[in-house]
Amino acid sequence: MSLKFSIIVFPGSNCDQDCRFALQSFPLAQTRMVWHKETFLGDTDVVILPGGFSYGDYLRCGAIAKFSPIMNAVLSFAKKGGYVLGICNGFQILTETGLLPGALMRNKNLRFICDTVRLKVVNPQIPYTHNVGAYRATTLQMPIAHGEGNYFIDPIGLQSLQDNNQIVFQYEDNPNGSLENIAGICSENGRVLGMMPHPERVCDPLLGGTDGRVIFESLLHS
Amino acid sequence: MITSEILKQHNLNEEEYQKILQILGREPNLVELGVFSVMWSEHCSYKSSRKFLKNLPTTGPQVIQGPGENAGIVDIGDGWGVAFKMESHNHPSFIEPMNGAATGVGGILRDVFTMGARPFAILDSLRFGSPKNPKTPFLVNGVVAGIAHYGNCVGVPTVGGEVYFDECYNGNILVNAMTAGLVRHEKIFKGIAKGPGNPVFYIGSKTGRDGIHGATMASDSFDENAESKKPTVQVGDPFTEKLLLEACLELMENDVILGIQDMGAAGLTSSSVEMAARAGNGLLLELDRIPVREEGMTPYEILLSESQERMLLVAKKGGEEKIREVLKKWDLDCAEIGQVTDDGFWRARFHGEEVARLPVKPLAGQAPIYDRPRIKPKDFVSNQILDLTNIPCPPNLSDTLKTIIKHPEIASKKWIYSQYDHQVMTQSSILPGSDSAVISLHGMKKGIALTTNCNSRYCYLDPVMGTIIAVAESARNLAVSGARPLALTDCLNFGNPENPEIMWQFEQSLEGMRRACLEFSIPVVSGNVSFYNETNGVSIYPTPIIGMVGLLEEMDHRCDSFFKNEGDLILLFGEHTAEIGGSAYLKIIYEMVKGIPPRLDFEKEKRLMNLLGEITSHKLANSLHDLSEGGLAVNLLESCFGPKTFGVEVTLTDSLAPDHLLFGEGQSRVIGSIDPQLKARVVSLAQKQGVPCQVIGHVVKERIVIGRKNETPWIDLSAKELKRLWEKGFAGGVFNC
Repeated sequence: MSLKFSIIVFPGSNCDQDCRFALQSFPLAQTRMVWHKETFLGDTDVVILPGGFSYGDYLRCGAIAKFSPIMNAVLSFAKKGGYVLGICNGFQILTETGLLPGALMRNKNLRFICDTVRLKVVNPQIPYTHNVGAYRATTLQMPIAHGEGNYFIDPIGLQSLQDNNQIVFQYEDNPNGSLENIAGICSENGRVLGMMPHPERVCDPLLGGTDGRVIFESLLHS
Repeated sequence: MITSEILKQHNLNEEEYQKILQILGREPNLVELGVFSVMWSEHCSYKSSRKFLKNLPTTGPQVIQGPGENAGIVDIGDGWGVAFKMESHNHPSFIEPMNGAATGVGGILRDVFTMGARPFAILDSLRFGSPKNPKTPFLVNGVVAGIAHYGNCVGVPTVGGEVYFDECYNGNILVNAMTAGLVRHEKIFKGIAKGPGNPVFYIGSKTGRDGIHGATMASDSFDENAESKKPTVQVGDPFTEKLLLEACLELMENDVILGIQDMGAAGLTSSSVEMAARAGNGLLLELDRIPVREEGMTPYEILLSESQERMLLVAKKGGEEKIREVLKKWDLDCAEIGQVTDDGFWRARFHGEEVARLPVKPLAGQAPIYDRPRIKPKDFVSNQILDLTNIPCPPNLSDTLKTIIKHPEIASKKWIYSQYDHQVMTQSSILPGSDSAVISLHGMKKGIALTTNCNSRYCYLDPVMGTIIAVAESARNLAVSGARPLALTDCLNFGNPENPEIMWQFEQSLEGMRRACLEFSIPVVSGNVSFYNETNGVSIYPTPIIGMVGLLEEMDHRCDSFFKNEGDLILLFGEHTAEIGGSAYLKIIYEMVKGIPPRLDFEKEKRLMNLLGEITSHKLANSLHDLSEGGLAVNLLESCFGPKTFGVEVTLTDSLAPDHLLFGEGQSRVIGSIDPQLKARVVSLAQKQGVPCQVIGHVVKERIVIGRKNETPWIDLSAKELKRLWEKGFAGGVFNC
């Protein structure tokens, strides 16, 4: 199925073009960059909130991006059952807007971490992961690059995430102190996904891996 | 009234002041004196180095832009060029490591995107004092955090660099940052104030009181009160830089800019004077129109502020509205602050009153040029004497190797580069840890390899040879990665040029660079000189850092330094020598920096590089690694410690002393691993090119065994255990954890 991706560009986004390049390698994906000052999404199947440092992340990461004009449109899109994928800073924006529960705190070692991690796909049944089984094993190798990826949620919230199968990815070897090794979670309907690892960085063998492709392939074949 | 006290504050001497009086035919006012002082500072005018810099080769068919602009540019074919430059931020980083290093990165990024290029890689070459110096952990932490803070936020990957530790940097660390960017030939912009009557725009951050006299500070040496100079360090704002980068590139797409330049060292003053000088025009600035951060700023402060993230541009008439529109989109300040004139004067007005009127030509072009006295250092000869009877071969070489491998200089640098986003922009193909970083350019089959190098121990013991080796090793780093060197940028870090021994080192070092550049046909296209790296009379070692860029005709030719398969043969290209002078082994085990550093034979090196070109273009090797610090033993381990861990069984046949064989740093050597079936082909290629080549062992699963035929192995250790030491060595050695 052909899908229309809208990639939101906040001031300070720096993985927006990376997402576009990655998606261009999928013949079924069409991409459009949407400036944060716009107020309408237009004809869109999937919204991507890309990584980067929206507004410099001088306050809490993502805390200012949630006030960007386009976010009202993104919120109502998600509430109507639209697909929203937040990667890294995008995940932080999703928790700030309340589209996903919990918060992302500073890494336990208080340093930025850029490395490649192994991810356990805990829920391989959502629209972003259902191809994982067919694709290969249940672990994926993906880069991370963040200073604040230490996921936290209160015990009740955690219980609810677990009960509803909302934990999608867990780190095999926890790099940042994240609660329950959480690397990515989804909304109850499975259509809003936030993840700290960068699937767009591993869609080309020249860049050392292709495990990120399965996320986009799953979407394109759902 | 200009007094000798005021002159001293401005770092101008009596002779220079006399020249100013002669040029003006009158006494300058304080604003004008301030302008002269920064324009004629060592940092901006190259007054001590110019005489030697002009001897460097700067041309070649690949050179689109040589030295003199904000960055050099080389052609990579298909209408594309790569703009690159390296610059120092040593003094500010010592005073305030986090912001000093951050703004170093910011400045060099602007130097590249002001040319119209989108930056795609940052490299950082760092030098710190001894790991045992109490200040070192603070400085390492701050500098690395500063580079990470800035580069990560702007979204340009930091893909390479190097770091050394030595007592000589205790009072003067080095932070040299390099950036490379991609530009279309027809979209290259220059810092030139064309066309009288054209409007001059100021864009970016507001001007504050930070960094006033930064360039003057960087042109002086330190004493114990260095920290009191903190207010001369600027504060970086990478978010604004990212917006400025996008805004500038968008303006350049819109064809409204005639000339553009970053306000770097000496801020608005040097950018406006240099732009006017390049065009042979004058310039009129209305200082009251400059967006300021604080109230009550004087013309002097506005002109000399080094606030970051600012650009000066000369617009096409009629383009004003477009400029305002784009800057508004990116929420950046923008002001029309003056115009290009034809009177040859650089003039500044403040609320209608003229506060400075200086002739552009002499201001930019008649800074004094010094032919400073030079003398061979007193201890030069004695330093080269190495009595080998004092250097017995250690009885347990396995222990020796363990000590070396965990030293912060040799140990894994992952503690540093894991704090840098090295994958943003999704073009990084060979990541930090190999000999070069390799960038795969979107939409092209070609790739770019980048590296930085300088072994300052060699340069201290023999500045000519040390600098030759810095150039040769850079070229070799590129060649093992599958690239052909195109050009280099240099960052020349030295002590006080008024000391004849330092000036001698400088002269010798540049002679080495000149020779190496000519031999290898690698021109210098940009660079930077940092003098006065001296505290309380103690100078750093001469540290001419080389940053080199190479082209991979096809990304398929890329090769990293890591072993891939058990059973692959390990080949040595080149010959072992008994050269341990200036080695890491002597420094770490015997705590001495002595002897004659390795010699480099240009003919041997060129043959080796030709061979490497053949091997990589035919994809014959699974890994290639240049032998450098730590010699054969250390470099074999580095090849073992890639994404997967391997061991080696290596049997040597040479009759040299074991420690010389294991840790000697003889030049023009590379180790490679190949499929055993390709052995005959590779050996015959090597023969054809006239490069000595021998199989020294093979890749195994777990153990590191190195020795000589028919002897008990000198080294027999578990690869995993050694890797652990190597991985933990950096944090262990620097932070004691």
